[in-house]
Amino acid sequence: MNPADTNQDCTAKIDASCRVPLLALFGVASLSLVLGLVFAIIASVTFHQPEAFASCPCLTYGHTQAAANDLLIYGFAMPAALGVMLWIFARLSQAELALPIVPVAAANLWFIGVLVGVATILGGGSSGYTWLEFPRVSAMLLGVSFVLVAVSATATLGLRKERELYPSHWFLLAALLWFPWIYSTANLFIVTTHPVRGVTQAVIDWWYADNLVFVWLALVGIGTAFYFIPKITGQPLKSRFYALFAFWTLIFFGTWIGIPAGAPVPAWLPTTSAFASYMLIIPIAAVAIVFVKTLRGNTVVSRGAALCYFRSGTVAFLVSALMLVIQACPKHSSVLEFTWFGQAQVQLQILGFAGLILCGAINYIFPLVMGKELPFKTVSLQFFSTMFGVLLLVISLAIAGVKQGNAVYEPTAAKFWLMISTTGTLLVLIGALMMFANIFVMTFKWKIALAKAALAAVKAPLENSEVKA
Amino acid sequence: MKSGIGVFFAVAIALGGSWLGFVVGPTLQLGTAKETAVLVSGDTWPQQRTGEATLGLQIYRANGCAACHTEQVRQQGVVYEVALTGAGKNPTAVSNVLAGLKLSGLTKEEADEASGKITGAGGKAETHLAATGTDIQRGWGVRHSVAADYLYDAPVQLGSLRAGPDLANVGGRLADANWHLMHLYAPGIVKDSRMPSFKFLFEKRKVGVTPSPDALTGLPKEFAPADGYEVVPKPEAKQLVAYLLSLRADAPLYEAPFTPATTAKP
Repeated sequence: MNPADTNQDCTAKIDASCRVPLLALFGVASLSLVLGLVFAIIASVTFHQPEAFASCPCLTYGHTQAAANDLLIYGFAMPAALGVMLWIFARLSQAELALPIVPVAAANLWFIGVLVGVATILGGGSSGYTWLEFPRVSAMLLGVSFVLVAVSATATLGLRKERELYPSHWFLLAALLWFPWIYSTANLFIVTTHPVRGVTQAVIDWWYADNLVFVWLALVGIGTAFYFIPKITGQPLKSRFYALFAFWTLIFFGTWIGIPAGAPVPAWLPTTSAFASYMLIIPIAAVAIVFVKTLRGNTVVSRGAALCYFRSGTVAFLVSALMLVIQACPKHSSVLEFTWFGQAQVQLQILGFAGLILCGAINYIFPLVMGKELPFKTVSLQFFSTMFGVLLLVISLAIAGVKQGNAVYEPTAAKFWLMISTTGTLLVLIGALMMFANIFVMTFKWKIALAKAALAAVKAPLENSEVKA
Repeated sequence: MKSGIGVFFAVAIALGGSWLGFVVGPTLQLGTAKETAVLVSGDTWPQQRTGEATLGLQIYRANGCAACHTEQVRQQGVVYEVALTGAGKNPTAVSNVLAGLKLSGLTKEEADEASGKITGAGGKAETHLAATGTDIQRGWGVRHSVAADYLYDAPVQLGSLRAGPDLANVGGRLADANWHLMHLYAPGIVKDSRMPSFKFLFEKRKVGVTPSPDALTGLPKEFAPADGYEVVPKPEAKQLVAYLLSLRADAPLYEAPFTPATTAKP
């Protein structure tokens, strides 16, 4: 047996150790992505057919929009990111996943939390704070599950043979520390019986929204891209220094964005946010440099396969961050604030950046941990469907925003572009269905195989030694 | 960074900074805010909402109204206006002076100069302060929203998208409760409205022995119920309208001064 074989054998063992936790986490993610996009479409249809869902109280825009956003971020992006993180940690540590049963339990608790939360929103029990609509019981389930996954992830990290951390480690580890801090703060300060007074609630909500949607997704997305791009192209990450610079400036400036320019709060708050938004140019440039330098001279042709997801996802991040910078300029903010432009940025961040990178990672990892090819060869079809969908959605919402802002919020100014955005969401949904079908069929086959094996073990004739004379 | 401790400190420094700045800072600065005084009149601001309006805020929250409506008015600046309040003993001289004067959209100095000229000619003039900006021109408010306006709200529903109009001062500009009820039931009464109907806050029923005193009156034909039926608002609809009517941001405050339109006193 030569060393290469042992290594491969060892890699297969590591992948197999991640199988059950990743089945659970990716199952939650792919199902929530589909559900979230269905709600997003229902929400979006309201703007060209206001009466379409008016007869059902739970399907009005105010309910479905919150349900869609929460399903996409808590249902899809977070479990998917946690699953990808566990696998990357195991692979980078060259060790089998530690405490694999813990993330399985966590994934189930997490899914219950999300389902309870979404049902509560649809029933009118939303807390009324953006991104924090879930009731207290869901928040607790989510918080506990996250910590459980973090325990397994850090335990795996502790097993690493190479002591020096790889750049992806910084981003992913920071994400593990980031979420418990912001989620507990936001819930304890505002989603309680006695929230802080007045407009402070809104400030803390903005702070949380920025740290979740921008910073947290950026940490897991960039961390994942910095792992996969070098892995797929076979070229080293260039360079560690730029990556470190990007990491520091991203968390240092990214965390201060979020207070909109016109907010009715003391002026130092929006001013600080605007300054931090301009400074965002620095991490944008740093990520772009790492991206371009690492990909230079790449000979791997991708045509919709894994590399395409990570390349387009990283570009989506750069554009989405630039949109934040544009929104902070006083000249543009007076027009773009309160318009669809902000929604375009959020959708690009979630579906374009995190969505593409995480789906790419799932499509890459899933066959490895199952030890089988995907049942449907739809990876590149899913890529093109998702990418064109995101392009249509984001460009049409951005144009709608500019039109709406220039027309001083006439409700009909953006009608045509909103119809295009619905089409975009539909394309993203088609892509999501392909991934869901792959994961669902594979899980189903795996469960049947398990049941068959169990049955066979039960039916097998006893060995002579076990038969009592 | 070679070890996890480095990442831990990086996160503690970066996130700790913004946590102190954007969570602890505003809590210390605004968390103990009290009512402020309205300019000139000296009344306290904001007024506590009525019980029904407080319940209405929860209907507003439950239906996610803030997904489409903001409750914050922005302002670019202020302008001075000079208003003639008396012609004095020599109206001809005053009107001659007036003919060459610009009376609105002035800076402080221009306003002083104009009012000086009018008083010089024997007339009486008042200088008024008015807020400017697209939101104000649109008629959504008379001044920008300030932190004090939201003192009693939980949850504060500032909103981030104006798919519909801003509601910060809706109680001031649309004060008719029946219109609000009709609009919730049939948003189509406003041309090109994109708002879905909130029919589920109403009950359509057969007219009993005596018609309900609460039944909607004045619905346009295409939205009116068939003969023998009436549309009666449920308590939720009434609470929501009470909340909407309680949304007023029209008192001049120290941080948002303007001269209120004088109402004729008997």
